[in-house]
Amino acid sequence: MEFSRRDTLALGLGAAVVTVLPFSVNAAADDVIATFTGGADMGDAGIDLTAPEIAENGNTVPVEVSAPGASAILLVATGNPTPGVAQFNFGPMAGSQSASTRIRLAGTQDVVAIAKLADGSFAKASSTVKVTIGGCGG
Amino acid sequence: MASGVKPRVKVPKKAAAGDVITIKSLISHKMESGQRKDKEGNLIPRSIINRFTVEFNGQSVLDMTMEPAISTNPYVQFEATVPEAGDFVFTWYDDDGSVYDTTKSVAIG
Amino acid sequence: MTKPMGKTLTAIALAAVAFGSVASADETAELVVNGDLNMVTRTAAPAHLSDVLDEINSGWLYRKDETQSLQTDDFDNPGMIFVDLAQDEWDTVEGTEDKSCASCHDDVEDSMKGVRAVYPKWNETAGEVRTLAMQINDCRVNQMGADKWKYTGGDMAGMEALISVQSRGMPVDVAIDGPAQSTWEEGKEMYYTRTGQLDLSCANCHEENYGNMIRADHLSQGQINGFPTYRLKNAKLNTSHARFKGCVRDTRAETYKPGSSEFVALELYVASRGNGLSVEAPAVRN
Repeated sequence: MEFSRRDTLALGLGAAVVTVLPFSVNAAADDVIATFTGGADMGDAGIDLTAPEIAENGNTVPVEVSAPGASAILLVATGNPTPGVAQFNFGPMAGSQSASTRIRLAGTQDVVAIAKLADGSFAKASSTVKVTIGGCGG
Repeated sequence: MASGVKPRVKVPKKAAAGDVITIKSLISHKMESGQRKDKEGNLIPRSIINRFTVEFNGQSVLDMTMEPAISTNPYVQFEATVPEAGDFVFTWYDDDGSVYDTTKSVAIG
Repeated sequence: MTKPMGKTLTAIALAAVAFGSVASADETAELVVNGDLNMVTRTAAPAHLSDVLDEINSGWLYRKDETQSLQTDDFDNPGMIFVDLAQDEWDTVEGTEDKSCASCHDDVEDSMKGVRAVYPKWNETAGEVRTLAMQINDCRVNQMGADKWKYTGGDMAGMEALISVQSRGMPVDVAIDGPAQSTWEEGKEMYYTRTGQLDLSCANCHEENYGNMIRADHLSQGQINGFPTYRLKNAKLNTSHARFKGCVRDTRAETYKPGSSEFVALELYVASRGNGLSVEAPAVRN
């Protein structure tokens, strides 16, 4: 990628803003979540989301979700242009209702996981991931 | 079919009946997000793996939908129960209609 | 060539690009691949560096836990995808001579063991120092009758990675004396020469400021024992010459071309600064 001086300045400014303000949860993220939950209330017990506090590069951020007994887990990156990331539907042969994958984050933001638990209720876990923008791209 | 697409899975060759085993899967794929632009400023069309399924002897382990936020070369790690000897079938579905699959057998012992 | 700079000049240059001093990654971690392949990621500096460094460190040490762990298992290492693809390439017949790599070199695991550790290397017949990439293209053109690969392209990076894997864990041991010496001296001069509008040499960042932050990046010693390396930023294997080009460009200079005699010399010199570290390729970096 070629950077003009102006681009570089803009990037620097972007980085400054990003480190102070996480992307706000956008309406699109709310829609993705509502489609999954049907608008039901969400508890906060029964689901774990593991994500790094600081990602070295937004291209490849390892995340893990786990919700014992859940039939499905939805993973959402609330600050991405398209917030949906993945939906894990666990079958009868699943050894646990957990999975790890690697995701893209457009910037510092909240990553959210929502499980549909065995009793049909929903639970939500959230984690802020800071995405660094390197000084030298190389 | 996109070029250079190659599925890889890591499954133990043997398990005790009823064991829970860890499975790793990875498929080489660009996962073009549909957000990027080419040098002329035109949007590069989305081209991703949009679904990944795993079955053991015909029963579902995992059925995962993937969006463009899944990283290049999609990697998924999960657990499966192995009640008996049999075959795991892994299937990846591409936006372009291609379907990639691979099978791994597990013995009991 | 600019003379090695004094402390004052250094301070000015460094202030201009805003080095910080917070080191957040784990520099004491041990790299073991697949549970049984122990990598030397820190060791005594080779004799030729004794005036400037006590210890040499793999770039792996400067990465965060999540990136480090990607390199501890070949299945988790995305660079190994390209090694797999290159294995198919190794066995593929191409060119007018109806040969594959395997036609002459048989099993890559046997024939290429130890090769990566000693490259770049003096080639007596050709009368020049050759990189692995130059040797691969020489084979393609003169033995296979096939087209050259692009020096930093995917095919080349993959083949270099496949060959490098056969030397993983072996210490880098490039020769810097004898007929290679003049090329090595040329590389050394480049390493200490400031370039570009930012007026930075390789040494300004990678010898004087490794361990420090350059904005959000944690500077390493710029070792190339892990190349070709899989970078998270572009999700592919990157050759050392492509990385050199990126670095030089970041000093806002016109860069040399990958495969040029200048970068060959620089590769020999930089490789020699890692003599004693394990061959890690394909490493995983940010």
